[in-house]
Amino acid sequence: MARPGGDADTASYSAEMFRHKLIRNIVCIFFCILSILPFLLMIINATRTSNEIKTGITLIPGGNFMKNLNMLNEKQNGMAITLWKAMRNSLIITIPSTLCTIYFSSATAYGIHVYQFKLKKFAWAFIMAVMMVPTQITIIGFYRFMLKLNLVDNYLALILPTIAAPTVVFFMKQYMESVLSLEMIEAARIDGANEFRIFNTIIVPIMKPAMATQAIFAFVASWNNLFTPTILITSDAKKTLPMFVQLLTSDQFRVDYGVVYMGLFVTVIPLIIAYIFFARFIVAGVTLGGVKG
Amino acid sequence: MSDNSPKKRRKTVEYGRWGYFFIAPFFIVYLFFQFVPLLTTFYYSTLRYSKRNLKETIEFAGLGNFMDLLGITEGEKAYVLLYLGNTVTMWLINFIPQIIISLLMAAWLSDQRIKLKLGGLYKCIIYLPSLITAASISVLFHAMFSAQGPITMTLRDAGIISKNFDFMRSVAGTRGIIGYILFWMWYGNTSLLLISGVLGISPDIYEAADIDGASSARQFFSITLPLLRPILMYVLVTSLIGGLQNYDIPSLFNVSKTGLIGQPNDKSTTLTMYIMRLHASNDGKAAAVSVFLFIITLILSLAIFGGMGDNEERRLKKEKKKEAEAEKLRAQALKAKKGGNQ
Repeated sequence: MARPGGDADTASYSAEMFRHKLIRNIVCIFFCILSILPFLLMIINATRTSNEIKTGITLIPGGNFMKNLNMLNEKQNGMAITLWKAMRNSLIITIPSTLCTIYFSSATAYGIHVYQFKLKKFAWAFIMAVMMVPTQITIIGFYRFMLKLNLVDNYLALILPTIAAPTVVFFMKQYMESVLSLEMIEAARIDGANEFRIFNTIIVPIMKPAMATQAIFAFVASWNNLFTPTILITSDAKKTLPMFVQLLTSDQFRVDYGVVYMGLFVTVIPLIIAYIFFARFIVAGVTLGGVKG
Repeated sequence: MSDNSPKKRRKTVEYGRWGYFFIAPFFIVYLFFQFVPLLTTFYYSTLRYSKRNLKETIEFAGLGNFMDLLGITEGEKAYVLLYLGNTVTMWLINFIPQIIISLLMAAWLSDQRIKLKLGGLYKCIIYLPSLITAASISVLFHAMFSAQGPITMTLRDAGIISKNFDFMRSVAGTRGIIGYILFWMWYGNTSLLLISGVLGISPDIYEAADIDGASSARQFFSITLPLLRPILMYVLVTSLIGGLQNYDIPSLFNVSKTGLIGQPNDKSTTLTMYIMRLHASNDGKAAAVSVFLFIITLILSLAIFGGMGDNEERRLKKEKKKEAEAEKLRAQALKAKKGGNQ
């Protein structure tokens, strides 16, 4: 870069660069600590006794980790729902939901992207229009409908609607526009493959990177969902993980602070560990989505 | 050639029909599980449900539910406006610092001149909170900031808050923490969105500005900010829509044991908490709150997008007017010249 001035200016320029870099790094590190600190305090408090926690925050772990964990298990004796059962319930809902979302969203995007049909424009416009309508707004009508179908307190009511995910369709179509070539499909047709086979054996493998990214977001959204299950799930044994978190605030747990932090630690740690492995991939996915959106 | 074309056309039509099969599952499911419920929610909002001896009676109420909600009916308090106020206040506490910090992060983490070696790591870390279960985060913050929570204790010992200050009894304390949780969860996500927006701006523009000797700050305000406008609008609208649905955090943070009332004094109850509360007793009124939320969301989104379109239109009109005037002047000048020649 040509900059006005001689050697002295270059020296002061690089000194200024260094100063900028230092300040920016300090501020960024500050925000990183801000983002991690609550989790750190949670983990440390999970190792302390109730009385230790009452004395204030610290970064030095206590020696009560196993005791708190055992206490957490003990307190759940006789409860219709336990932390482990709640996790299993959440998985039973989340895995099929995620698969439905990515498979059917890809199929919908493929149908609109590849074929020429009368309602193509309307279908796309419709998906764009409803992308921002939140589920909370339709919830009463939805609940009443499930009541009629006898699907209240049934996981199907939480899984089936995930077939229609407008935002995921949108991202899948954006991705298809950049990777799919129609010649490939033509070639498969000449080889005599039918349209569904083409989609399942040729298109789905090509879409895998986009599907993986969207699968993570769909999984997280379903796993963390509290509002819809609270309305639809009525029996204790069927409660999901976020609904179990609500129980951690009940008198049974709240008197023993260490156990509450331990409970939170167990609910949060699978996601944190998964994130450590996939972080780069997820962050790249968010950035990609942003450019396209 | 002419023989070939009708055949070809028929072929594409034949394939075209397959499109319906591919989009059918989405539309059937959307229709039944989202679209019809949206319409029936509007219908239910005109009914009054009451439970007596486990028996539910339903009667037509017209706009009665809305009159109740808005406090027009005598003896009814305008809860829906109160809760809208709570919801928007907590959203603002989160959004104003969020957009400022996110812009700063986006500007720094996408800067090609002053590259930060650990930029990738910073991005990963600040994004983390947005993926973690909001319910757990809410209970965690409550545990730390409650009357005997460790952070409250430390702040008291350090003399930052008075000995008898309790976040859970203070309106500003409770709303402030809920707003802070929202900020803390989402500023990383917003930063990443803005970074992708900045990276989408052509590097040539920055290069030209560099050659002209524009400073980083100048480049940010004169290039980055104006060109980020569409993505900023997107962030604003999605954040606002999300903020109006705010449920997980306030519903677990500082609520009464019965009836989902946001303490203290009903000042941290949001609209969706109200829907949940009414759902237990009167689905008609709950549906009416949903409809109210739908209308507010629609108005705000249209206002933001419309405002953007208007500005654009006004700018274009202005330019056209200027052009037209210039054209007129040119024509006059030409005429005068011609006249002079004659």
